[in-house]
Order: sequence, then C-alpha cells, then structure tokens
Amino acid sequence: MFKKVLAIYPHPDDETFGKAGALALHAKEGADITLVCATSGQMGRRMGKPFFANRETLAAIREKELKSACRVIGIRDVRMWRMQDKTLQFEDPMKLADRVETVLREVSPDLVYTYYPQFSVHPDHDALAEAVVSAIDRLPEYEQPVIYASAFSKNCERILGKPSVILDVSQVVDIKLNAIRAHRSQSEFLIEELEKALKEHPEKRDELLAPYCKEKYWKIEMKSGMIKFQKSS
Amino acid sequence: MEAIDLQKVQKQLDCYLNQEIYFHLETSNGSYASLQGEEEMSVCAFIRNGKLKYSHGIIKGSGPYSVGLKLKEGWVYAEGLTDYEVTSDNQLLLGGYDHEGRVNIALELSSRPFKI
Repeated sequence: MFKKVLAIYPHPDDETFGKAGALALHAKEGADITLVCATSGQMGRRMGKPFFANRETLAAIREKELKSACRVIGIRDVRMWRMQDKTLQFEDPMKLADRVETVLREVSPDLVYTYYPQFSVHPDHDALAEAVVSAIDRLPEYEQPVIYASAFSKNCERILGKPSVILDVSQVVDIKLNAIRAHRSQSEFLIEELEKALKEHPEKRDELLAPYCKEKYWKIEMKSGMIKFQKSS
Repeated sequence: MEAIDLQKVQKQLDCYLNQEIYFHLETSNGSYASLQGEEEMSVCAFIRNGKLKYSHGIIKGSGPYSVGLKLKEGWVYAEGLTDYEVTSDNQLLLGGYDHEGRVNIALELSSRPFKI
C-alpha cells in the first residue's frame, strides 16, 4: 500500500479520465494524495454540450470542476500552477523539472502518477511527464518513488509492450463516474451518451461500464534505460 | 455567447476602428485529432494578446460568418464564426462552435490585454 501519492498532470480532468479509479482506491485506503495541475485547461475545445463556456470563461469553470472532482475522488491537496494550456512544450524543460523537483522534495511521495513521455499524444502531457521523470532522476535512488505512467498513443503498446499495471477499479466506478460528471464542460457529451445507453439497455450495464472499471499504467523503471531522453534533457 | 447578430457585431467592430487594440485568434482541430486515423494530424494556430489597428473591419456571411480586419500593412480574418458576446469589459468575443459544442475557431478583440 502506498501512503503518499503525487499525481502530476497538465489539465483539469487528466486526473479523472482513465485514472480516477486508481486515485479513489488510494483515497479509500487512507493515502494522502497531492495533485498538481499545471495549467487551467484554458485552451480546451469542449465547452459543454450544448456549450455554456467560452474561451475567456473556461479557465475559471474548469478550475471549479477540478475542485469538485477532487472532492469526489478524495484528493485534498490540489495545487494549481495556472500555466498557459498547450504551451508546456515551449517552456524551458530544466525550469519545469525544477518546479516538479520542489514539489517532490516537499511531498516525498512513494508513488507518482504522470503520463508516459513521448507516448501521450498531447504535447503538454509529454512535456510535463518528461519534466517529472527528469526531476525524479535527480533524486537519490533510495528516494525515488514508483512511477505509474499513462500512455495512449497509437504506437504505445507496440513500443512499450503491455501495461505493467492493470487495475480493477469496479468497486469505485460510481466515484469515478461522478468525478467524470464533475468535469461537466469536458464530459457532458460522453455522460449523455452513456446515460442514454444505460436507460435504454439496463441489462447491458456491466458491459457499458466495463471500460471504466479497468485502468492501465506502465511503470517507468529509471534504471532500465527505457527513458532515453532523461540524461540529455 | 449567443448566435451572431450581424448588426450588433458590426456595431462593435466599428467601436475599435483606428485604435490600437489587443486580439486573440485561434483555430485548432484538437490535440487528439492525430488519434482519429493514420493520416490525420493535429493542427493549431494561436495568438494571444497580439496588437493591431484596423481601418476597416467587417462581418460577412449568413452563418457561419466571417470577420475581416484590414490593417495598414496586411489583413487578419477568421472564418466559421457562429456565436458572439460583448462582455462587461467591452471585449468582443467571437467563436465558431461545432455541433458538439467544440471551439473550431475564435477571434476576440479588446482595448485591454486578455487575461493570461
């Protein structure tokens, strides 16, 4: 069991989609969870369905949604960095890693959730994950936390192999769905479809919820040399 | 935001004539567009708090709409705009939303810098 968990993602809702189950299980086990959310998600394209946000109101709306999702999941320590969405790849990677390192040294997590650098599609995901791995690499080996990384690029399984951690989160799936609902501006289209399907086919409940009941992560082994960029960045 | 009213947007465009103002212009097919198929790629253009001064600004079309701003030495335009709002800070927000409520394009004008 992990006692201190640090999740570090660029956007409000990254902690929820595909990950809220694992985080809710940690919360249930009594772990202290810290979430770093690097941007306000102010460049999101989804504005609700039908849309209720616009480019100028989206940041405040998404921060509020994040706080509400974190309450649902059981994350009490939420840190908003409020950087500009979709610009992390253009930031100085050393400075980004410095910022991550400060949090790592303060929180001393035994488990870190992040994306898998180069396999996470969105440039913010890849850039922040790279900073996280670089920052962890700076720690003495005995202080390095376990890393659970999410990957979803088209080539991820071909290159990385099967996920090393597959979690059954069915016992907290209702919590996860409520966290997804909390991110209303980003999830309304999806929840609407899911709820319609559940209403029309109540007998297919298990099948419809199955994708939400399983979460997959790749452990990043710092010494394996798999993360080739880490020494050069 | 509400569906574009041509006259109201035109009136607001006339308010900024020949003044140095800030603009936000973006268009994107989404960071996940590359996941849609082998040949697909994500594209995006983004300018926040650029400055411009236009001598002629016009909205055209019957929905979706286009807005063109004629500068002393060039042009800025946006196509595919569906909704608008004039905020209490007198900012003109124009957005082009698709059937799922996603932003395809946005053009915004303001006398003061947009929040960053």
